[in-house]
Amino acid sequence: MPLLQLLVRRLLQLIGVLAGISLVTFLLVHMAPGDPARLLAGERASAETVAAIRSQYGLDLPLWRQFLTYLANLLSGDIGLSLRFQRPVIQLIEQFMWPTLFLTAYVLCLAIPPTVALAILGARRPGGIADQIIRLVGIAGLTIPVFWLGIMMSRFFGVSLGWFPVSGYGVGFTGHLHHLFLPAVSTAIWLVPVLTQSLRAALIEKTAADFVTAARAQGATERQIFWQTMLPNAVLPTLNLLGVMVAFMIGGAVIVETVYAVPGLGTLMVNALLGRDYYVVQGLTLVFAVSTVLITLTVDLLTAFIDPRVRL
Amino acid sequence: MADTPAPAIAAPSVRTVTPVMLVALSILGGWLVLALAAPVIAPYDPDAIDILNMLSPPSAAHWFGTDQVGRDVFSRVLFASRVDLLLCVAGVLPPLVIGTTIGLLSGYFGGLVDTVFMRIYDLTVAFPFFVLVLAIVGVLGPGLLNFILALTLVGWVSYARLVRAQVLTIRESEYIQAARCLGYPPAAILAHHVLPNAIGPVIAYAVSDAVLVMLAGASFGFLGMGAQPPLAEWGVMIADGQAFVQQAWWICLFPGLAAISLGLGFALLGDGLGQLQRRGVTA
Repeated sequence: MPLLQLLVRRLLQLIGVLAGISLVTFLLVHMAPGDPARLLAGERASAETVAAIRSQYGLDLPLWRQFLTYLANLLSGDIGLSLRFQRPVIQLIEQFMWPTLFLTAYVLCLAIPPTVALAILGARRPGGIADQIIRLVGIAGLTIPVFWLGIMMSRFFGVSLGWFPVSGYGVGFTGHLHHLFLPAVSTAIWLVPVLTQSLRAALIEKTAADFVTAARAQGATERQIFWQTMLPNAVLPTLNLLGVMVAFMIGGAVIVETVYAVPGLGTLMVNALLGRDYYVVQGLTLVFAVSTVLITLTVDLLTAFIDPRVRL
Repeated sequence: MADTPAPAIAAPSVRTVTPVMLVALSILGGWLVLALAAPVIAPYDPDAIDILNMLSPPSAAHWFGTDQVGRDVFSRVLFASRVDLLLCVAGVLPPLVIGTTIGLLSGYFGGLVDTVFMRIYDLTVAFPFFVLVLAIVGVLGPGLLNFILALTLVGWVSYARLVRAQVLTIRESEYIQAARCLGYPPAAILAHHVLPNAIGPVIAYAVSDAVLVMLAGASFGFLGMGAQPPLAEWGVMIADGQAFVQQAWWICLFPGLAAISLGLGFALLGDGLGQLQRRGVTA
């Protein structure tokens, strides 16, 4: 069973990457200037309290012992304690993740249809006028700062026209849809060009594929070739795009949520950074990286499942 | 397209590309001149506070209006271009140099160096780029220097990966084998034969990367993690103006437009260089 082999190999790789991610997030907090025990104890704690906390949290142990403790904690589901909220980071994440997940799904719904349409339009005549325009507009779209676009859109559609709320998350499904519309559009405007470019490239690659030549030799019309041969072959690249999207969208969410004051993981991250709440930063970085890796893995496995030729 | 045998992957001919690249170069050149000549061109001191004229809309006296403490937005946009241009260079060059060096070694010698590099690459791309840079800057402390440092720590892997891929094909070519047979030391082969042939796509990538670096720099300034106020930087200016955007849209609008135009310069140039690369013309 090659598929099973693939699965086992990818899972082994996964363990390696997860171990690496925990090492990086562990070292991240250790790069912080200053004494972590002092940070835990607070600014005004006495030297004795700091020393007590240092031994209580095992901060006087060698680095590798501390890493093992961290790993053990991770394995038991403990990703640290927020200094500011005095609550486990995992609880904070559970509380703040819903707006982010909703926003992510929203962005996907808004971004995929135009991406597929534009990529097809461009790939039908590579180098044609439509393709050129889409490419240039895409390049321009990539250069827009997301936070600036967010501010300008909330000023215009939110304040001047009053069509959409400019901050918050709203109540209920339609409330979420309404509140998150501007954040989702801001992210999508910046995401669509990236995705269109790679999907277009994948589609054009298909136009040079042997099976297209074969179909053409058998007398299929260009229209038939496009809709029946090329397009089904573009499904996989689109699926792969989803994997690429995730990392981009997490980065975008951090900024967009800040601009629109959406109470999501991005806002949590920025506030933790500004408040020097290192364990929240550590926990969030870990969670973001693990989700990225898991989603990429799912996409890869799905691809291999759909297309038996794919082996990686 | 109906009777074209093999629709070319091809991109537009040289004639259609050159004007775009010319536009890109003139945008970049224009910004360079504006940045260098900022003290001469700027009508006001970018940090001069003028309480009597705060939040005044664009006018003949203040082309881009004034901000909440009466500073001239036009002068600040000009002076900020020095910071943002410098940021692009400082954010692209270190990862470029480090990544290219490691990519050359990794691709040419293979073995342990290559294995270690590939593991580091796999690990780095497991993190969302922006989040990792943000986390590193947050832990080291906000500021431009730490931003550049974090960007370098994370960004070099993309350059190394690109160079490595180039070197893997170049390594097997006849001129490299010839050089090896003639007894040239690896250092000479890498410097005189491999590097010149591998560098083209890297330069094209670096120019496109400058857009990302500029946007990241402005975003970090906006989040309070990059350039620190009162230093004029486009992201910082937009953050400053956000609270006043209802009464005074001009504080946010102009720095954003400036960032877009500089970004367009880099993006169009990068696109043009990339197309030349794909057609096998050395840049």
